[in-house]
Amino acid sequence: MAIKRAQLKQQKQDALAARQPALSMPEGGEWITAARKDAAGRLDAMGLPIRRDEYWKYTRPDAFTSAEPVAAALAEDAGTQVFEGVDVLTVVFRDGAFDADASDALALDGVEISRLADAAQADIHWAKDIYGALETAGQDPVERPLAALNTAYATDGLVIRATGAAAKPIHVVYERSSDTSDVVLHHVIKVEEGASVTLLETGAAGARANTVTEVTVADTAAFHHVRSQGRDQERQLLTHMFARLGSESTFKSFTLTPNGKMTRNECILELTGDDAIAHVAGALMADGKDVHQDDTIFITHDAVNCESRQVFKKVLSNGATGVFQGKILVKQGAQKTDGYQISQSLLLDEDSQFLAKPELEIYADDVACSHGSTSGAIDEDALYYLRARGVPKRKAQDLMVLAFLAEAVDEIESEELREAILRRIRAWLDLEDDL
Amino acid sequence: MLEIKNLHVKLEDEDKQILKGLNLTVETGKVHAIMGPNGSGKSTLSYVLSGRDGYEVTEGSATMDGFDLLEAETEERAAEGLFLAFQYPVEIPGVSNMTFLRTALNAQRKARGEEEMSATDFLKMVREKAKTLKIDGDMLKRPVNMGFSGGEKKRNEILQMAVLEPKMCILDETDSGLDVDAMKLVSDGVNALRSEGRSFLVITHYQRLLDHIVPDVVHIMANGRIIKTGGPELALEVEKNGYADLLAENA
Repeated sequence: MAIKRAQLKQQKQDALAARQPALSMPEGGEWITAARKDAAGRLDAMGLPIRRDEYWKYTRPDAFTSAEPVAAALAEDAGTQVFEGVDVLTVVFRDGAFDADASDALALDGVEISRLADAAQADIHWAKDIYGALETAGQDPVERPLAALNTAYATDGLVIRATGAAAKPIHVVYERSSDTSDVVLHHVIKVEEGASVTLLETGAAGARANTVTEVTVADTAAFHHVRSQGRDQERQLLTHMFARLGSESTFKSFTLTPNGKMTRNECILELTGDDAIAHVAGALMADGKDVHQDDTIFITHDAVNCESRQVFKKVLSNGATGVFQGKILVKQGAQKTDGYQISQSLLLDEDSQFLAKPELEIYADDVACSHGSTSGAIDEDALYYLRARGVPKRKAQDLMVLAFLAEAVDEIESEELREAILRRIRAWLDLEDDL
Repeated sequence: MLEIKNLHVKLEDEDKQILKGLNLTVETGKVHAIMGPNGSGKSTLSYVLSGRDGYEVTEGSATMDGFDLLEAETEERAAEGLFLAFQYPVEIPGVSNMTFLRTALNAQRKARGEEEMSATDFLKMVREKAKTLKIDGDMLKRPVNMGFSGGEKKRNEILQMAVLEPKMCILDETDSGLDVDAMKLVSDGVNALRSEGRSFLVITHYQRLLDHIVPDVVHIMANGRIIKTGGPELALEVEKNGYADLLAENA
């Protein structure tokens, strides 16, 4: 046993040694250099994930740990048009580099916003308390070395502080023009007491991208997050969302993954103030045997009377794989916790697979936690009913796919954003707009 | 309109013959009713005509104005003008009634090479037709048949019929689960659709529906075949004496 553990540790170190030469720590001011060095230290201690890691049981980490990314051909429909028509502040990163010409001026009522690359030049910055701090906390009880790698080596990102109600959503658009770009971005968001802000993200940050977002939501503040990841078939994405929630705060995050070769979205939430609400939802449209998508969620309840909710819907076809690992940890004293988790897959053929690992770990005695996971095929009765009304089989199936995904999309609070996502799903399914 | 000749049907998965040489002709513009005891094959007939999986036609034919129904896909039969009002309308979570109706109508139009209907024209048309069936805006917005009462589901079937304007309508025990008022509402909806160019095949256990939808011809079905054909008075006879006499006559 001891030998085996030593072997695993060595393999993780070997993986890191293979990846590290391609990385270089950017220059910066005192605060960020300290944070980066700390992260590099954590990374050195952990090494990189390997296939035999329990946490990577269903998803091969190779795509994210290899020295160079596997080339990802550019696609015509990268899916960055999702929020067309929504009034937003647009910020564009192209292959990881800030695109000033394509971006709006970084100014918005209720919000201070700047590039991480700029904030990093200062010797001291408010982001110091958050950058790498939530990621560090998120390393326990499960190690997330690729997030530490991000903290150490991220080249840019956004630093956002909401002091009031943000006048409109901030939309980060990831464009790419290179089929080999290897991108590491890191966002820091601080939502002050009573403030609110909405972050939208679309596209793939690179051929391969590793992004981390750290968010603190203060008492009575609200953070909303809606994203649609790159639809380009070959891109590989790893995202981490770390958030810490204060009393009576709200955190809602929704992710649409409309294909892509490899996607792992980790969401690590800590409810530290009483009466907080955290909702995480995801919809996956995975079509093709090379498509692999993984949602890994870890929600820690460490306060009284909080609510957390996870709703994940995955449509899998032509040999695609969907993974869901969702954990709710209720600490001692986190009484009156209301935790809910559902993950469902719609398998359109026998070659596709859904792997689910729901987990509850509860140390308080007055809580209501429930979880469910299902896999199913299209309802044949409903299909027949639709066809008997003249709807061709393919279209009938698409309608039911939309209906299935809509239950996750419904978790988005803003009607405008909800409709934007549904409109895009309909367009991709070649369905008519709703009336 | 509808011409069924010597139709033999068995279950696909088991060796069980359900229709055993059924012959039936429904003329254009006429309303025919089929009555029969449980297990006589009435619902199977409606499913086979509309193309539900699970049945195997071993012999015979079914055509609609010369169109071979049995060879066509379910959706092609619908586009050709065949409509089945379900005994148990299916609930489809997440698909609004309005979207369902519009998708169906435009799919049928497309299949027939016609122009799709604009959203404005469609909304106007549906609202008008829904009103006469006492279907309100809320029911139109809700997911198909979700949370609908038995009566609402049947009214929704008739609304679909009114919107799709089929030429051959099969009503499979549309009266089941309806109270007197709902039966009247549904029957009025059907009667409003009666026309020279449209035929109906009304499948029912009981005579009472036929008080409202008065048929031109009544057939008695038993053991996979039509055993007797007559006028509306035949339905009254069944109501009075039950099926026993007719079955004995035919034994």
